[in-house]
Amino acid sequence: MGAYRDACNSGRFVVSGEIGPPKGTNVESMLHHIDLLKNMVDGLNVTDNQSSVMRLGSLAVSGEIVRRGGDPVFQTTCRDRNRLGLQSDLLSAAFLGITNVLCLTGDHPSVGDHKQAKGVFDFDSVHLIQCCHKMNEGFDWAGNELDGGTDFFVGAVVTPEADPLEPQLYKFARKVEAGTDFFQTQAVYDMDNFQRFMEKTREITAGTNTKMMAGLVVLAGVGMAKYMNRAVPGIFVPDALLEELGSVPKEEQLRKGMEIAARHIRFLKENKICDGVHVMAIGKEEIVPEILEMAGLTTS
Amino acid sequence: MIIATKKPIEEIVKSLEGETKVFIVGCGECATVTQTGGEKELAEMVAHLEAAGKKVVGTDMVAANCQELDLKRVLRKHKEAADETQAFLVLSCGAGTQSVRAATDKHVLPGTDTLFLGNVQRSMDFVEKCSMCGFCVLDDYGAICPVTRCAKGLLNGPCGGMSHGNCEVDPEMDCAWVLIHEQLKKEGREDKRTRTHAPKDWNAIAHPGKLVERRQLGDEKILKAAKKPEGE
Repeated sequence: MGAYRDACNSGRFVVSGEIGPPKGTNVESMLHHIDLLKNMVDGLNVTDNQSSVMRLGSLAVSGEIVRRGGDPVFQTTCRDRNRLGLQSDLLSAAFLGITNVLCLTGDHPSVGDHKQAKGVFDFDSVHLIQCCHKMNEGFDWAGNELDGGTDFFVGAVVTPEADPLEPQLYKFARKVEAGTDFFQTQAVYDMDNFQRFMEKTREITAGTNTKMMAGLVVLAGVGMAKYMNRAVPGIFVPDALLEELGSVPKEEQLRKGMEIAARHIRFLKENKICDGVHVMAIGKEEIVPEILEMAGLTTS
Repeated sequence: MIIATKKPIEEIVKSLEGETKVFIVGCGECATVTQTGGEKELAEMVAHLEAAGKKVVGTDMVAANCQELDLKRVLRKHKEAADETQAFLVLSCGAGTQSVRAATDKHVLPGTDTLFLGNVQRSMDFVEKCSMCGFCVLDDYGAICPVTRCAKGLLNGPCGGMSHGNCEVDPEMDCAWVLIHEQLKKEGREDKRTRTHAPKDWNAIAHPGKLVERRQLGDEKILKAAKKPEGE
């Protein structure tokens, strides 16, 4: 069950997209994006209070994607809930027909819009992955038997551009050991570096059926690229791409960013660098179908 | 060392609204080191309160305000002033303030904000390295505490917020996980990083913490264990 899991198990190149719920109850634009993308991608991520900014919940929106015939990837972080809250939400997710869960630590509250909030972090992301599997086996974290277990396809994240990389690889190994079915990476732009990173991960995932999806954030312009280099940990846009974006007038830079994303998707697929891509357009979801078309990908 | 900072004098004066007579208690231990409740700060507070129209009916420096019996003795020693005062202003941590609470039924108010259990790196340079989590795991992490020194208290490795070896919460601060990793490498104990650590048992430090050492009973248990014949 689940289109995303089936796609991952099929051996073909997998594509997922991402929906960022709105800050408020005006869901018109979000629903439009869901309907636009749900049949073009294998799975649709829903972010969970992304960047520690309070928004409409990932659980409710993931449930809505199921209702509309799409396959959501329910992102859930350890920042806002303790182990009771996390497990209860996981049962709720199963009840809503959600099968893919992406387990994240979550950004610190101090980087968001409720800076005085207490970060929970009762579990870390490794514990959350372990917990999903325990619930799949029919038990809660405390070992109590569930009256009906879950059937989650469990995902996690990794940062290929982490500097230093070694501690990140140790954590990656803990996540693999905990039974992560698929990884989505932080946004990558340096394909050579990503290729080297993938070689390192293959040593760790050897003997498992772990799927690796490259994270791609579409560059909207030179300003955004420079901002990410400056302010977003684990993201590095190389100078060559900055120059390429800057070679066209500002109003054409988004198109250039789309071309770059499509080129990277093509490269990753043709050279079998990873098992798929996770495309993040951050509020500009309407450009995703065109990027997939430019990359020669149609998955529906 | 319990690390604290001074409350703004305006906040203290506001808390004393309607009261004119104040007794001030300083602390000779942590509050002296953090310069929030030592002799000098006590004298400064007397001047501040008098300037605000209050009458300071008495002051004393207690060796350590967290010693409840000592506090009771001090208040008995100052019986006349303790009877006359309308409020006790305590220049020490919240624990010290509550020692005063246990010794009187009058208005007791804090003169500081208590921050953390801190190491003194040098004079007036304090840093939190232990958050008293109830079960020490330092041996698994090269004696660098991830529960305290990782902003998220992560037990199995860094988050994605680490940037150039620094923390997402404070770019001036080292990522604890990079420090742990480097330390274990120096010791040749990187194998410590190949084990997944279970989440903390927060019930071990459920508030309010309480420990009553029944020494004799403990000794008996130890003796019993030592006397166990081999193979049992």
